[in-house]
Amino acid sequence: MKVRVDVMLKTGVLDPQGEAVRHALGNLGFDGVEKVRQGKVIELDVADGTSEDTIKDMCDKLLANTVIENYAIQVL
Amino acid sequence: MKAGVLVFPGSNCDRDLAVAFERAGADVTMIWHKETDLPEDLDIVGVPGGFSFGDYLRCGAIAAQSPITRSLIRHTERGGYAIGICNGFQVLTETGILPGALMRNANLKFICKPVGLKVENTDNAFLSGYSEGQELSVPVAHHDGNYNVTDEKLAQLKSEGRIAFTYTDNPNGSTGDIAGVISKNRRVLGMMPHPERCVDEMHGGTDGVAMFRSLVDAVVAA
Repeated sequence: MKVRVDVMLKTGVLDPQGEAVRHALGNLGFDGVEKVRQGKVIELDVADGTSEDTIKDMCDKLLANTVIENYAIQVL
Repeated sequence: MKAGVLVFPGSNCDRDLAVAFERAGADVTMIWHKETDLPEDLDIVGVPGGFSFGDYLRCGAIAAQSPITRSLIRHTERGGYAIGICNGFQVLTETGILPGALMRNANLKFICKPVGLKVENTDNAFLSGYSEGQELSVPVAHHDGNYNVTDEKLAQLKSEGRIAFTYTDNPNGSTGDIAGVISKNRRVLGMMPHPERCVDEMHGGTDGVAMFRSLVDAVVAA
């Protein structure tokens, strides 16, 4: 069973990397990019039947730092 | 006074930290991360700087799950002393022993230079050898030192006198110019600058000496 976890900085936490990407897009001539947020994608291959609660536990304990990050779980 | 310095794969300030403790009069034991228990008679645990586990996932995130780190958490819950410097500070925030999180520097650059620090609170064993408001010069060397806490938490840290140091000229975007924070029981200090890199004239400065000395004195007196 494949699971995809998206980890993003929480709204309101400044994202200097996203901001640098936004600037670079502007320098390339892409106008109108108002905001860029950069996060990470983690793909897991887990045993069939692994519960969403277990995946949440993985996110809370390791995959995301919930002080600054949110995560979203998607079973593929 | 017995100090233990944790060593993770990728730690690189462990020996400097051990020397700083030894110079201040402590007996130092180095402890590999795979150990499950700290030596029983340890007074203070040092979590050194470096790039534990290659900074994979997030700085300090993997080290925060090492076997020895569970023992470190128990040590701090029992009221034991601990200090985390640079990557060690990141490990302490990742474990939740200290509040907040350390993010990429606001200017996205690795910053390696001496910075000005202002001592904000001396009501703890780490900083009793300084005076409040005293300015120090201590080196920083980090890519992810941008300390992030909510406004609410910042207000709490201020009101509880838990901000150890602030930067005189914020190099990395840290909330409230914070360079170091203290735990609620005042026995754990986390800081991004490297006091162990300014304990000898040959380092170019000795502003870190008083920290290790007052810490050893406080523990011996207790």
